[in-house]
Amino acid sequence: MKNVQKQKRANKSLPFFFRDEFRVSLVIILISVALLITTFTFDIVPPILNRGIQPATFPKALLVLIIVMTLLIYYLATKNPWKVEKKLPRSFFLTLSSFVIFVVVSKTLDFFLAISALSIFVSYCWGEKRLFYLLLVGIIFPIIVFIFFETILGLRFPPGIITNIYYS
Amino acid sequence: MDNLLLMLAPLFSSKLLLVLFFGTLFGLILGVLPGLGPTTGGALILPFTMTLDPLSAIVLLTSIYCAGTYGGAITAVLINTPGTPAAAATCLDGYPLAQKGEAGRALGMATVSSTVGGIFSVVILVFFAPILAQLAYEFGQPEYFALAIFGLTMLASIGEGSPIKNLIAGAFGILISTVGKDFMTSIDRFTFGINELTEGIGFIPVVVGLFAMSEMLTQSTLINQVFNRIALKAIKLPSKDDYKKTWKTILRSSGIGSFIGVLPAEGGTVASLIGYSEAKRFSKNPEEFGKGSIEGIAGAEAANNAATGGAMVPTLALGIPGSATTAVILTGLIIHGVRPGPDLFREQPDFLYGIFGAMLIANILFFIFGFFGAKIFARITLVPNKILWPMIFAVSVCGTYSLNQSIIDVWIMLFFGVLGFFMRRYGFSVVPVIIGLILGELVEGTLRQSLVIFDGNWLMFFTRPIALTFFILSLIALAFPLIRSKKLKKK
Repeated sequence: MKNVQKQKRANKSLPFFFRDEFRVSLVIILISVALLITTFTFDIVPPILNRGIQPATFPKALLVLIIVMTLLIYYLATKNPWKVEKKLPRSFFLTLSSFVIFVVVSKTLDFFLAISALSIFVSYCWGEKRLFYLLLVGIIFPIIVFIFFETILGLRFPPGIITNIYYS
Repeated sequence: MDNLLLMLAPLFSSKLLLVLFFGTLFGLILGVLPGLGPTTGGALILPFTMTLDPLSAIVLLTSIYCAGTYGGAITAVLINTPGTPAAAATCLDGYPLAQKGEAGRALGMATVSSTVGGIFSVVILVFFAPILAQLAYEFGQPEYFALAIFGLTMLASIGEGSPIKNLIAGAFGILISTVGKDFMTSIDRFTFGINELTEGIGFIPVVVGLFAMSEMLTQSTLINQVFNRIALKAIKLPSKDDYKKTWKTILRSSGIGSFIGVLPAEGGTVASLIGYSEAKRFSKNPEEFGKGSIEGIAGAEAANNAATGGAMVPTLALGIPGSATTAVILTGLIIHGVRPGPDLFREQPDFLYGIFGAMLIANILFFIFGFFGAKIFARITLVPNKILWPMIFAVSVCGTYSLNQSIIDVWIMLFFGVLGFFMRRYGFSVVPVIIGLILGELVEGTLRQSLVIFDGNWLMFFTRPIALTFFILSLIALAFPLIRSKKLKKK
């Protein structure tokens, strides 16, 4: 409890634009405004086909509601600041970057390779240095999962370097 | 009588028994592993259920739900980390009791009270779901709209996060449901020219992303965390003295849990917190709470398992999920072509009572598994995260891909994983997103159809007594957190 209060005091001492409540609220509002603008590009249905309200009306109302509620949480946070979150460790950013690598590899090279690479990379970054376990999570287990999905669900995985060899 | 016989059907089908056996086992494993749980597990197993008939599929999901909710208690007692959010209140007394060398007694009480709570809630389900379904015959589009709004406003008091943040998350969930072709006019909304988005954003990528992938990112921040695990010799059944102390608490919490479960969007987490605090309020020894009170464990565990049956009541009778896991079960029903609601009770009683019976058996099965296997299940927590999570990643990716065979779904899952991580970091619960997503189409559809009926006159909503009742309940649901926080401040 004392820790939380300390963290809250620490947050209050920061300039407002560095505070989490400001940054989070700003991001939500900016995204909501961008989406709200997008709703004005939705096609308008002629009155004869219109069912109750225009297709854009409902999302518009939701976005306005989100913006209003976000302003409200920001207003409340000015009175009762959020606690300062600890800095994210290196392992988080490595895991996050592995997601990006996964997307790139699965798009350009191979789906299986992407899973395998991410598994080995994450396991290694999280502290696993033993080769057997790296092979277990990166190769043996994905192969089992692939075969399982293929035989039980009749799934066909997207083409790629390794998947093509497997299917041929 | 016929319906009660239908409940016993799973006992006479070797296939259903096998499904129940594996579902309970899998649910226990998921419940024991911190960060996973019946919601994530259910979402991951959904693609596999496509190979099963509808009854077996839903039996599998419900048995995972029942056993997973109990499984969280094992980790809560032994390593002071709730295996599932619903077991958070169990930590408060379970772990201190285990520290005193009575881990077996703590787990014994958790197992017995979970089983009693679970069975009690199935009885509630059997009696109340058909009544609620009967009432639902009176519902038209405006009533369903008002009911869905009530379900969404209940998000304000789901226990995790601040009420307004929960409502924002719920509104965001509904917004996701509007992506794709408008189901009434076929006009594209938020598709940004991406063909794959015209069909909308699937439920599975969002659930797996928000629960499993965001948890993987959370675990990446905790890799140096060391758990102090208490050794378990064997589970002990509660003594006569323990039964004397706790039977009232177990019954009270079972009632509370079932009631909370019935409320749309509320689930085991809220139920266990209320069950725990009520156990403390009625206890002759409230000073023991937090120091290893056996009543505290009984209060929390009976309530969270009682919420399972309760949460199935609105799910089956109205198609409104009672909790995040029942939202997954609801998706399972829809995927298998079963439309929950009053017609289901009239047209497929064998299917429904099969589910009720399966839940009853699952509660008995997890008692047996828990009692004889808790020591083994506790060992699962020893699997290091650096091995476990890459494996979960592989299953999540393949599971998400398998439903539509779409790589875009996998990317959407990863996107929601990152989003879910930051939501949780800044105090936004991810559960409302799921509830909002599943209720989104119902809210918009019934609103628009109601406006057609009312010729665009919004005020007509208030001329319908049932709809008006739900709107008043919605206002109460919104005001409740405010009243509660004022009361807490006064204290």
